[in-house]
Amino acid sequence: MSTMLNVTGLSHRYGSGENAHVAVNDLTFVVETGELACIVGPSGCGKSTLLRCISGLIEPTGGEVTLHGDRVTGVPEDLAVVFQDYSRSLFPWLTVRQNVEFPLRWKRNLSRAERRERAEEALSWVNLPGVGGKYPWQLSGGMQQRVSIARALARRPALLLMDEPFASVDAQTRFELEDLLRSVQVAHGSTILLVTHDIDESVYLGDRVLVLSKSPARIVADLPVDLPPERDQITTRESKNFVSLRGEVARLLHGGGDAPEQAPTGEPADTTEPSTLA
Amino acid sequence: MRPVVRNLVGLAAFLVLWEGVARLGLVRQEDLPPASVVLEQTFGLLGNESFLRDVIASVLAWAIALGLAIVIAVPSGLLLGSLPGLRVATRAVVEFLRPIPSVALIPLVILVVGGGPESKIALATYAAVWPILYNAIYAFDEIDPLLIDTARSCGVSRARILASVALPHAAPFVFTGIRMSAAIGLIVVVSVEFIAGAASGIGQFILEATSGAGRMDLVLAGTIVAGLLGYLINEGLERLGRRMFRWHTVSTAEAM
Ligand SMILES: Nc1ncnc2c1ncn2[C@@H]1O[C@H](COP(=O)(O)OP(=O)(O)OP(=O)(O)O)[C@@H](O)[C@H]1O
Ligand SMILES: [Mg+2]
Repeated sequence: MSTMLNVTGLSHRYGSGENAHVAVNDLTFVVETGELACIVGPSGCGKSTLLRCISGLIEPTGGEVTLHGDRVTGVPEDLAVVFQDYSRSLFPWLTVRQNVEFPLRWKRNLSRAERRERAEEALSWVNLPGVGGKYPWQLSGGMQQRVSIARALARRPALLLMDEPFASVDAQTRFELEDLLRSVQVAHGSTILLVTHDIDESVYLGDRVLVLSKSPARIVADLPVDLPPERDQITTRESKNFVSLRGEVARLLHGGGDAPEQAPTGEPADTTEPSTLA
Repeated sequence: MRPVVRNLVGLAAFLVLWEGVARLGLVRQEDLPPASVVLEQTFGLLGNESFLRDVIASVLAWAIALGLAIVIAVPSGLLLGSLPGLRVATRAVVEFLRPIPSVALIPLVILVVGGGPESKIALATYAAVWPILYNAIYAFDEIDPLLIDTARSCGVSRARILASVALPHAAPFVFTGIRMSAAIGLIVVVSVEFIAGAASGIGQFILEATSGAGRMDLVLAGTIVAGLLGYLINEGLERLGRRMFRWHTVSTAEAM
């Protein structure tokens, strides 16, 4: 297996001087090609900041990110992001198909017909055939999030980043979307890095779970998920491996804040802050 | 259909009341001719070539002014909306200029650009710039950063984000401004023709009918045509907006 993503000593500080806030502190990890890695961390610990650094949307104040060996400076060509807030990240003036085609619009080597074909194909991967002509606001929340997943897949990214993609849908839809994501990932051998604050979700979805500490985010543990590739919402969640892994992640998350703080840069370490874990 | 019927009933009742007040001699007929007389004059005017030339002159001046206002206000709104520093720096000037009534600028404009149609165009442009500018500033300032991030993460360059995200997002707001400006522009064109005089135009026609002959029926007929014009322009733009920006009305209604 080759390495898809290599994050070395990544830090990010917002602001400077008095108001500086260290959101991410010295993170190092790799994601192998074809892997679905989950990052789980308490809310506000810097997960979105981490993904924004990896996706090139912001430039980290320290450390380095490489994607299949190339250093990330701007938004890489073969990377896609799915945001939590699907209703705000779909363009309301474009139809579903135009939304999915959006990242392909600027690829000069694709003809109009090819773009359309790719969009329809991506929509069928997420079980949304035949809604291309509708507008996003005519769809339910779960369907909207599928559209943004289709849009990301249409780009055929080497790495797909997902920032709490299922946090804003109801439980039933969430189960459906989790299974959908895993089947798409298995079918296409995609490499996915998914961020969540939900312990169960990280274990259910991941081939690997990276546990983050409270703010500023540090990696507390890197656990392989010892579950069969085919997962099932009922039996997997009942299995002994799942239950013990979930317990382990929960203990790490709760204990993470008590670990000795590294030299705090800028802001005082606040260990009394109540943890807001799901 | 229901509201249309109700509107027509209201209009008919108003005309009957007007006719009654005039016929019963509650006011002198020279001051307020009966509705029937005025309407007859209106229809007569619509077939009158020299009056139609006046209408065309006003509409042309209005269209040019609105076009100029759009060309000035949209790019300025984009600049001021996306550069908060520039917006703060220019706020004092904008807040000073905006409340000045266009008619107060008539002497200045006549001095500077002369008494031709340029003066009414200049004043209508001035008045029409503000609603478009305000809506454009608001729209470009309010754009959701997540939408920009989405576009950037799709590999769109910053320059192209302007065309593919900022403009479509701002379009319905700008269009609302254009609709407001269209109404204001027409009012200013006709007012300037009336107050400052002009070679031709609806305002000039009304001015002539008042001052020379004191023909109140012609004055009111000209006023009705001006009102009708304003109504048709607004109605047309509203329909156009509803068709073009259906996504906007529906998606914002659902967000509430
Ligand atoms: N643009 C910004 N400027 C300043 N501080 C920021 C900015 N964005 C985030 N932060 C701060 O950085 C910290 C981490 O934020 P981030 O959004 O990365 O956390 P998160 O783990 O994704 O949170 P959540 O679970 O709520 O999504 C927070 O304390 C937040 O207030
Ligand atoms: Mg977040």
